[in-house]
Amino acid sequence: MLRPRIIPCLLVHNGGLVKTCRFAEPAYVGDPVNAVRIFNEKEVDELFVADIDASVRGAEPDYSLIANLAAECRMPLAYAGGVRTVEQVERIVALGVEKVAIGAAAIATPEFVTAAAGKVGSQSIAVVADVRKAVDRYEVFTHNGARAARRTAEELAAWAEQAGAGEVIVNNIDRDGMMTGYDLDLVERCRQATGLPITVLGGAASLGDIARLIARFPIIGAAAGSLFVFKGKYRAVLINYPDRTAKTRLMGTGSGKVEPR
Amino acid sequence: MIAIVAYGLGNVQAIANIYRRLNVEARLVSTSEELRAADRIVLPGVGSFDWAMEALARSGLRETLDELVMGERRSVLGICVGMQMMARKSEEGTSAGLGWIDAEVKRLPQADGLMLPHMGWNDVEPRAASPLFEGLDTDARFYFLHSYYFLPNDEGVVIAAADYGKQFACAVQSGNVYGAQFHPEKSHGWGIRLLKNFAEM
Repeated sequence: MLRPRIIPCLLVHNGGLVKTCRFAEPAYVGDPVNAVRIFNEKEVDELFVADIDASVRGAEPDYSLIANLAAECRMPLAYAGGVRTVEQVERIVALGVEKVAIGAAAIATPEFVTAAAGKVGSQSIAVVADVRKAVDRYEVFTHNGARAARRTAEELAAWAEQAGAGEVIVNNIDRDGMMTGYDLDLVERCRQATGLPITVLGGAASLGDIARLIARFPIIGAAAGSLFVFKGKYRAVLINYPDRTAKTRLMGTGSGKVEPR
Repeated sequence: MIAIVAYGLGNVQAIANIYRRLNVEARLVSTSEELRAADRIVLPGVGSFDWAMEALARSGLRETLDELVMGERRSVLGICVGMQMMARKSEEGTSAGLGWIDAEVKRLPQADGLMLPHMGWNDVEPRAASPLFEGLDTDARFYFLHSYYFLPNDEGVVIAAADYGKQFACAVQSGNVYGAQFHPEKSHGWGIRLLKNFAEM
């Protein structure tokens, strides 16, 4: 049986790990390679690392950091940040990254997604939809939420499949770091729009939130930042992740009950 | 010594790190001379079929690999696209495969609302005893990331199957040639055990 993927999301800013709230106020939480080592021990399903400086500064991805992370990771790694050419994608995949996530460049130069997938294969290309709710629809933004893409989440998700990508990572900006739960309506809309695997990010506060997501969408990537790096109401930095038993319980196949909200 | 074929793609460093921790001598190898010194070979792979075949051709290692694997019967483990490359051909591209196993690579059917690619941790069902799975119990699971699968002409080479819309061969063995569709280097303790088994058998 294919299991849902429970994915810590790490943000890189000025070479260190940070956690943001609504894409702002980055708080330092530690060293990236050290965090990967801890997540190895915790048998994490997959890891998502986003460099939040690269696109905004128009900088090249930090290849030496990516190489160090990929070599350390005993679980699959997805990378996002500043990727806009096929050469960059090839280089990152060759460093041992399983999946390259594309945000701003998917809007600016959509044909690039198709070209990249043609080279490294669809399974290694993910399209990122960072969205905000606007009354009755979800609008996509790029550059850490600064630029409107004039597209809805569903439009981008449907397009990603046509373009040859292999995954859609959908992130509700307004829930980033807020720990108010996943936006299940957003997931439902994307699910209807695409046959690609979806990873959801933004808002998870507890394992109960993940359990509720999985109960409705059994094959899903449940990603979270704050949940896996903070503990308690004062947001003390403590890397944590459900162990095998807790994970089985989350999928509803064990005998245990899901923790209440 | 285990040679990890470094032809420009695949997670060579993660495999090397695992062997280092296991105290198994393994090297990233990019010349024929180094390759010949190996008693076992790991052929990793990430990416599309044609891209991987082209990269292997460019590396200049293909003839030596053919000679060592088919001629001298040295043990080889293909991982993900590295496994698919051992087939004769793939629906994903037009390049000819290595043809070490009589097999074709086909696209997984997108049926019953199943999403493609097949992405994530899946159970693996043993089909035949193989030293590769020594000590791995039935709760072993591995990380998959692919839309194409390995279809051998002879079912007898299948040592493990996985289920995603259909049953498919996720590990094969034909004599000295081994393949795994999943990524053992990205599958925690289960994958480490499998890589250790390959080093010790």
